[in-house]
Amino acid sequence: MTATDLPTPGVGGLDLVPTTDAPQKAKDYTSDQEVRWCPGCGDYAVLASVRSFLPELSLKRENIVFVSGIGCSSRFPYYLDTYGMHSIHGRAPTIATGLAVTRPDLSVWVVTGDGDALSIGGNHLIHALRRNMNITILLFNNRIYGLTKGQYSPTSETGKVTKSTPMGSIDAPFNPVSLALGAEATFVGRALDSDRKGLTEVLRQAAAHRGASLVEIFQDCPIFNDGSFDVLRKGDDVAERLIKLVDGEPITFGNDGEYGVVRSATGGLEVAKVADVGQDAVVVHRAGEEDPTQSFALSRLSDQDLTHTVTGIFRKVDRPTYDDGARAQVAAATEQAQQRGDDLQALLSGRDTWAVLPEPENEQ
Amino acid sequence: MSTDAAVGPAGREVRQTHRVVIRFAGDSGDGMQLTGDRFTSEAAAFGNDLATLPNFPAEIRAPAGTLPGVSSFQLHFADYDILTPGDRPDVLVAMNPAALKANLKDLPHGGILILNTDEFTKRNLAKVGYESNPLEDDSLEPYTTHQVAMATLTRGALEPTGMSKKDAERAKNMFALGLLSWMYHRGTEGTEQFLREKFAKKPDLAEANILAFRAGWNYGETTESFAVTYEVAPARLAEGTYRQITGNLALAYGVVAASQQSKLPVFLGTYPITPASDVLHELSKHKGMGVTTFQAEDEIAGIGAALGASFGGALGVTSTSGPGVALKSETIGLAVALELPLLILDVQRGGPSTGLPTKTEQADLLQAMYGRNGEAPVPIIAPQSPADCFDAALDAVRMALTYRTPVFLLSDGAIANGSEPWRIPDVATLPDLSVTFATEANAPDGSGEFWPYLRDADTLARPWAIPGTAGLEHRIGGLEKADGRGTISYDPDNHDRMVRLRQAKIDGIEVPDLTVDDPTGDAEVLVLGWGSSYGPIGAACRRVRAAGMSVAQAHLRHLNPLPRNVGDVLRSYRRVIVPEMNLGQLAMLLRAKFLVDAHSYTKVAGLPFQAEELAGVLTDAVKGDLPA
Repeated sequence: MTATDLPTPGVGGLDLVPTTDAPQKAKDYTSDQEVRWCPGCGDYAVLASVRSFLPELSLKRENIVFVSGIGCSSRFPYYLDTYGMHSIHGRAPTIATGLAVTRPDLSVWVVTGDGDALSIGGNHLIHALRRNMNITILLFNNRIYGLTKGQYSPTSETGKVTKSTPMGSIDAPFNPVSLALGAEATFVGRALDSDRKGLTEVLRQAAAHRGASLVEIFQDCPIFNDGSFDVLRKGDDVAERLIKLVDGEPITFGNDGEYGVVRSATGGLEVAKVADVGQDAVVVHRAGEEDPTQSFALSRLSDQDLTHTVTGIFRKVDRPTYDDGARAQVAAATEQAQQRGDDLQALLSGRDTWAVLPEPENEQ
Repeated sequence: MSTDAAVGPAGREVRQTHRVVIRFAGDSGDGMQLTGDRFTSEAAAFGNDLATLPNFPAEIRAPAGTLPGVSSFQLHFADYDILTPGDRPDVLVAMNPAALKANLKDLPHGGILILNTDEFTKRNLAKVGYESNPLEDDSLEPYTTHQVAMATLTRGALEPTGMSKKDAERAKNMFALGLLSWMYHRGTEGTEQFLREKFAKKPDLAEANILAFRAGWNYGETTESFAVTYEVAPARLAEGTYRQITGNLALAYGVVAASQQSKLPVFLGTYPITPASDVLHELSKHKGMGVTTFQAEDEIAGIGAALGASFGGALGVTSTSGPGVALKSETIGLAVALELPLLILDVQRGGPSTGLPTKTEQADLLQAMYGRNGEAPVPIIAPQSPADCFDAALDAVRMALTYRTPVFLLSDGAIANGSEPWRIPDVATLPDLSVTFATEANAPDGSGEFWPYLRDADTLARPWAIPGTAGLEHRIGGLEKADGRGTISYDPDNHDRMVRLRQAKIDGIEVPDLTVDDPTGDAEVLVLGWGSSYGPIGAACRRVRAAGMSVAQAHLRHLNPLPRNVGDVLRSYRRVIVPEMNLGQLAMLLRAKFLVDAHSYTKVAGLPFQAEELAGVLTDAVKGDLPA
């Protein structure tokens, strides 16, 4: 309970951001800076998707801010002609928090990577999610440290051999979607960098969501972790690996919907042949379900081996945002203060004062 | 105590005295801070000048009756302008054997000792290692001792309320306050009103405390054990309206005032830490003045959010203590690179590491000055007293906004919790801090571009273009920027130029010249301090001068940049003494910068300097004997 009523979201993530009627193109969002990622880097595909998606929002370009941390993906803001800040390692959500609270008229985006968001910045990520700050976080997950030249990251597979783990990594990896759901995130999505349609749809809904949106983007590092997501891009069994969530629809995948997601005996979810279990046994996806249990189970459907990789929107629920609440308290207090006629002089004076009169009158 | 005697109406002697130092000491749970605060408010309302020194353990409740659990509050009040909370108490109120044991060494012989005898049980005496009961042996003979069964008397007074004995005894601190209020001719209405408001939701408790307070008062009035009472006339301070204020409260008010004067909303991003948390508590009450407070997940997030708010055009503020500064250092470096306004309030405490959370120290100076990677200059300002925190906050914000830079304000535990009278300023006289955001493209080549690092010729500040301003979209960050244009640059000459430009900007900040107080004009010794040591240094100078010697005093408020005339001032005295509550940090800076033979006098005991000890140091210096 709070002393003032918290505004219920009900409104979109961008409702307070000014829009423009002037038509926009991807080119309008392209800054004059030469893009300096390695050839073949997945960041190019994401940048292209974002540049071509932003005009769709019809926001005033000057009211969009991209904040990043440190790492390859964190160079992102330099390449977009919006306001931007390339901050320090792991701390982008904190900068975005200050902006989001003080400037409801801004569309605030965070661009971060697996090391930036989940290692050095893990604390800020979970707290931004639990507070439900009205920001959109794009987490580029290439499962490797690229900018420092190839050490394992908190999402690298156990056993991964890298420069810092010549005998194989002994760390257990984070599952970013599971982590976000555990941190009370109200919007969690995932997309593959090369899947422009899927990525754009997740971005669209993330931007429209009022509250913290976490979008995990699987992305390739051709230099230090080349082909890490290739099993999801090419080959005969892509359809059997990739599960695309559609809200309100039974979760089926594979050629002609051969497979479906069903409840397991242990209370989680598992994959079965629809022919074996029947269509009715297939779980229907409900992103808006308050109880995150099913979304969490979806995030655990397969391990880091990508056997069954779920993409789309895992969860999308309404919950009051911190920034709306903070502004509501300030607004309510300001109104009360104005009604009372409070001012700075009254504040400084307080209640218990005494006067010292000019010298002669003070003489006894 | 210099006194004049008279006989009061009750036939008892009333002595006029110019100044008194009272120390209330008891267990952490005995309410000594509240008792001291309340007596302070009465002294303030009466018009005395005053200074206070709360001294409490870091533990919220150490085991009852033990030495680590002793909490004390020292109050100095006078009929003239005083500078310190006093070296030693004239009156010591000890609520238990632990409080007596911990504090008796500070009470001069002949001092007044008021003891709560109820707590002097065998068990309690043994807890603190008393082999014999000091109430019964001759160890208290050098003092004027009053033995009062405060708990028993309080219990008796509260009997009609039907309260349990244990609950009733908890009001014994109000009994002590009542007794002291009677001894020093203080009014009762203020305290009774205060108690009614404090316990507005529990009227029974309010009445119980008032009963205890009155019982203490009446005990003084009716028993014959107190033969003398004392009067301290109001002080002749400069004309004006006064209130009592602590340093942390003055800091918070300074931030609110700076917000009003700059017409920028305040965003405080912070994390609780002793002794700075009260700044958060206070500012969180002033949402009605446009203040947003954000209690972050950690120190780093606190300053990160503040910097984000500054980027968006708010007045970003973060408050912390030394360990928090260590965590914030990288973000301060980012703010230096971004060249955005940011106020960093560092209420210093004893270090290193967790150190002494509730005790004072001045050992963060070099951390504030140099505690970042790369050449990352940051202005530093240090208030000299609790009330001065208000002006220092305004001045810090002036520098931050004018020069687009993070600014350090170094307060410390002594002035954060200590209080003194404050002449309430007329807000019409406060400085105008209004800022102008960039709205137009500024490229000198007429290209219509916006160059975020094109500097103002006078201040070297860059334009503050906030998101939402059409046509000025730009990207900033921690990577080195090209001079002017602000794009990423790894050019060697550009980096050299930018490092020097950032330094020149801070070096060029306008700060007032250092003034020297040298009443006789013939002093050979200069004592130069900074921050909260102003009080004890000033009091020491008065003593030395009263003894017929000459000493010059100067106090640094601006530590970076230093006032332009510091070198000249230092070189015009034969001997320079720099007292600091660290191991000589300012002295090192002065020696390095000016090649002068500044002598350190240092103490890091977690407590402010005493005027007496500094007077000794200065007296020796006048005679040519410098501190080692």
